[in-house]
Amino acid sequence: MSKIVFPAETLELVKKIIARYPDGKQKSALLPILHLAQAEWKWCSSEVMDYVASLLSISPIEVYEVASFYTMFHLEPVGEHVIEYCRTGPCCLMGGVEVYDHLKKRLKINTGETTKDGKFTIKEVECLAACGWGPVFQIREKYYMHLTKEKVDEIIDELSK
Amino acid sequence: MKILTEHIDVPNIDTIDVFMKHGGYSAVQKALKKMTPDEVTEEVKKSGLRGRGGAGFPVGMKWSFLAKPEGVPRYLVCNADESEPGTFKDHYLMWKSPHTLIEGMIVSSFALGANTSYIYVRGELMYVINILEKAIQEAYDKGLLGKNILGSGYDLDLFVQPGGGAYICGEETALLESLEGKRGNPRNKPPFPAVKGLWQCPTVVNNVESIAATSWIVNNGGDAYAAIGVGRSTGTKLISASGHIKKPGVYEIPLGITVEDFIYSDEWCGGIREGHKLKAVVAGGSSVPILPAELILTTAAGEKRLMTYESLSDGGFATGTMLGSGGFVVMDETACIVHNTLTFAKFYHHESCGQCSPCREGTGWMDKVLNRIEHGQGRKEDIDLLVDVAKKIEGNTICPLGDAASWPVAAAIRHFRDEFEWHIEHPELATKPGAVFMRKGASWTK
Amino acid sequence: MKVTIDNITLEVEPGTTIMQAARMIGPEVAPPAMCYYEPLKGSGGKCRACLVKVTAGSEKDPRPMPKLVPACITAVQDGMIVENTVNEDVLETRKGIVEFLLLNHPLDCPVCDQAGECHLQDFSFEHGVSSTRTVEERNTFEPTDLGPNIQLNMNRCILCYRCVYTADQITDGRVHGVMHRGDHAEISTYIEKAIDNDFSGNVIDVCPVGALTDKTYRFKSRVWFSKPVDAHCECEKCSGKATIWYKGDEVIRVTGRKNMWGEVTDFICNGCRFDKKKTADWVIEGPTNVSRHSVISANKYGANLIKPAFPVLQAARDYKQINDDRDRSFLGIQPALPKSKKK
Repeated sequence: MSKIVFPAETLELVKKIIARYPDGKQKSALLPILHLAQAEWKWCSSEVMDYVASLLSISPIEVYEVASFYTMFHLEPVGEHVIEYCRTGPCCLMGGVEVYDHLKKRLKINTGETTKDGKFTIKEVECLAACGWGPVFQIREKYYMHLTKEKVDEIIDELSK
Repeated sequence: MKILTEHIDVPNIDTIDVFMKHGGYSAVQKALKKMTPDEVTEEVKKSGLRGRGGAGFPVGMKWSFLAKPEGVPRYLVCNADESEPGTFKDHYLMWKSPHTLIEGMIVSSFALGANTSYIYVRGELMYVINILEKAIQEAYDKGLLGKNILGSGYDLDLFVQPGGGAYICGEETALLESLEGKRGNPRNKPPFPAVKGLWQCPTVVNNVESIAATSWIVNNGGDAYAAIGVGRSTGTKLISASGHIKKPGVYEIPLGITVEDFIYSDEWCGGIREGHKLKAVVAGGSSVPILPAELILTTAAGEKRLMTYESLSDGGFATGTMLGSGGFVVMDETACIVHNTLTFAKFYHHESCGQCSPCREGTGWMDKVLNRIEHGQGRKEDIDLLVDVAKKIEGNTICPLGDAASWPVAAAIRHFRDEFEWHIEHPELATKPGAVFMRKGASWTK
Repeated sequence: MKVTIDNITLEVEPGTTIMQAARMIGPEVAPPAMCYYEPLKGSGGKCRACLVKVTAGSEKDPRPMPKLVPACITAVQDGMIVENTVNEDVLETRKGIVEFLLLNHPLDCPVCDQAGECHLQDFSFEHGVSSTRTVEERNTFEPTDLGPNIQLNMNRCILCYRCVYTADQITDGRVHGVMHRGDHAEISTYIEKAIDNDFSGNVIDVCPVGALTDKTYRFKSRVWFSKPVDAHCECEKCSGKATIWYKGDEVIRVTGRKNMWGEVTDFICNGCRFDKKKTADWVIEGPTNVSRHSVISANKYGANLIKPAFPVLQAARDYKQINDDRDRSFLGIQPALPKSKKK
C-alpha cells in the first residue's frame, strides 16, 4: 500500500476545517476529517486513523474510540457502493422489510456482506430521517426514497454498469 | 398560517437572491440595526416559543439562563442531528430552504452574544451539509456573516459540523462532546451547557426549527407569534407525517388544530390510505407513548384532542402521549404493534451510548425479549418482565435516552397487551408472514 | 453546611458530594460505588449503583428532587435530606442495577481471580436478588492480553471507565480505551498493542471486577487463602507503599494499598507490582486491615477489624430467617428459634 497522505487540495481543506475551532481545540475537527479520510480511502483502516491522529496531534486511541462509536465509519473494507438501508419503524410500515429482502436476494448477500465482485456492500442502519419518503436507503451522499422492488432493480442495474 | 415554510416551494429558494426577494434576511437587518440583543431575547420570551426538538422547554427562558462571564466566549449550537424515528422536518427545512435556518442563526447568535456558532448536522445528511455550506458562503459574500455584519459592529462566524452516525448526539451534551471530537457520551448534569457547554464555555443548544422561528418573531414581534396557537402552545409547528396516510410529508400547522383534522383533512395527511382504518398513532417521534385510535382522536374525558403540547399529554401516560418532536407516525389495521415496538426497541438498543448500566443493558434486554416474542418464542412472564425492565430504566439514566427507550415499550403493552398475549399464545399464527392480531370487536376508526 | 443522610445529620464543606458525606458517617450509610473512584478525577455517574433519594433539596428549596440522583457526583446543598438505605425506591432500583450489571456478566466467579474481592459480588450480595429473570444469550468477547502482565476478560467488564481514567491520569499515555458503543462497547487497544508503561498495572487495582487481572498471579490461589501484609520498599518511581500477598511463605501478588472503600491512593509502579516477589524485596509493616465481612479475613487476624456495613447486617438477618424457617425435621434435629419468635 502506498503511503497514506491526503492530496494537497484536501490538506488545504483540513487546515481550513481546523481553523473553525479555537486554538488548541483542533480535536474538534476529528469527525469532519474522518469523513474526508473515508471519502479518500473508502474505509478507516488503522493506518488511516493513525494518519488522522497525526494531522490533529492527538493520540491514535482517541481516533479509534471515536471512529468505532459512530456507525458511519467503516472499520472493515467495503465494496465500491455501500448501500445503507433504514430498518426502523416507519420504513418497515411502508414495506421496507420486503424491499430490503429483495435487495439482499438480488445481490445474493446478507447485511454486512460484500458481493464477490467487490461492487456492493449492504449495511443495515437506523432511521435516516426520511420517514415520510420511505422505504429509504442511502448510497454515499445520495438518498433513494419511496423504494419498491422495481426501483431497487433499476438502481442496481444502473450502478452495475 | 405558515411561518417557516411559506416560500418553501418557490423555485431556487435555496439561493440567497431568491430568498431575499421573498423577504429573507430582513430579520437580520432589523435585529442588528434597530434592536439590542436583550430586546431580541425579550421578543422571543414574549413569543412563548418552545423548544421544537422534543422537550418543549421555552426557548426564551433557556436563553436567559446563559451565563455571561467577562472575557469568556459564548456559543450557539444548532442541533440538526435529527434522528428520532418518525421525524424528518429539520431535514426537509434545511434541504429546501437553508437560508431560513441561517437567518435564524444570525439573529439568535446576536441575541446571545455569540461570535462563533455551529450547526451540528447528522453526518448521513452530507448532501444537506453541502447545501448549507453553499448557502453560508452566499451569506458571507453578502456581508451577512463575518466581520462587522451590515456595518453593525457585530461579528459572527458560522460553521457546519457533520456528525458521524449516532442518534445520541441529539442529546445536547452528547452533541457538545461530539462537536469536541469525542465519543457522543452524554455528560452528567449539572453543570448545564448554559454554564459549561462547548469547550467548557457557556453554550445554548437549540433545535433547527426553534432557531428558524426566531427570524419571524423578530420581524413580527413576540406577541404576534403568541397570538397563533392555543394557551402555552404558541406559534406553528412542523409535523413530520409518515406511515399509512394518503399524503406523507412535512406540514407546518398552527398549533391547536384537532388531531382528527390533521389526519383526515386534505390540507394535511388526507386520511388513512384507501380501504384501511386508523389503528394507532405515535404522535411525537418514536420515544413518545403510542396511542390507539380512540385515544389519539379524543382524550379519555371525551374531548377532541388538539395538536398542542397540553392536549396531547392530557391524561398523562395512562391515556395521553406527547407532542415531542412532531414525528407523527400513523398505523392502520395492517400494522403489527409487536413488530413496530420491536423496531423501536432495536433502535434504542443500537443507539445507546453504553455509558450507564440501566440503558446499556436494559435496552438490549428489551430488544432480545421482544425479538423472542415476535419470533414465536415468547413466555407468558415476558410481558410483565418488559414492563418492569422499562420501569427500572426510566428516570435512572444519565440522559433521556433511557426514558425514550422505555416509554414506547411500556405504552405499547399498556394499550395493546392483548396483541402481545396473542403473539405468545399463538406463535404458529403470529409468525406467519403478514399476520396481524385483530382485536375482537375492534372498531378502528375510519 | 448541613446535610442529613438516613436520619444522621452532619456538617460538611461546600462542594462535598453526597457520597463523600455519607462515607464520613460510615459504611452503614455509604452508597455502593461500582464506577466512582475518589482518587480518579471525572469518575462516577455511570453505573447508577449509588442512586439515592433526595427528599429535600435544601433549606432554601425543600422540594424533593423528582428523580433518584447519583450520590457520587451530586453536591450537597445546605439542609439537604438524603435517603439511602431507608428508602424502598432506592433499594428496589438497586436490585434493578444489580440485575442490569449481571445481565451480560458470565457469573464465572468459581474460576475468577477477583472472586472474594470483587465489588460486583459484594454489590450483588448486598443489593441483589437471588433469582434471575433472564434467559437471553449473553454477549461474549474473547479474552485478550494488554501487555505481558495484564489480561483482559471483557465478558466481566462493567464499563466503569476507571481503567481509562487511570491510564489518562496516572500513566504517561493512554493506549487503551472504550471502543464501539452500547452493550457492544469494549475495552481495547483496538490494534494489537501492548500497554507498555511503568504504571499500567494500576488498571488491575482499580478494576472493580475480574476484567483486568494480574497475569503473574493468575490461578495461583484463591484470595481467601492468601494473607495480605502491608509493606514498603525504596522505589525511585513510586511511593513503594504496597500490600504484598502471601500464600505460605511465598509472595504471590503485590497490589496497591486499598482503603476501606477499596480505593488505592498511592499508585505503585510495575516494577514493584510484577517483579518484587520476594520477601527480601520488602520492609514488612504488619498485617493489612481487612474488613471482617471480607472473606479475605477468614480465619486470619482477629485485631484491626472494621465493623460490617449495614447491608451485611441486613442480609445476615434475612438469611437467619430463611435458615430458621425452613423445614429441617428430616435432619432429626430441632430448629433453634430466635428469641423473638418463641411462642
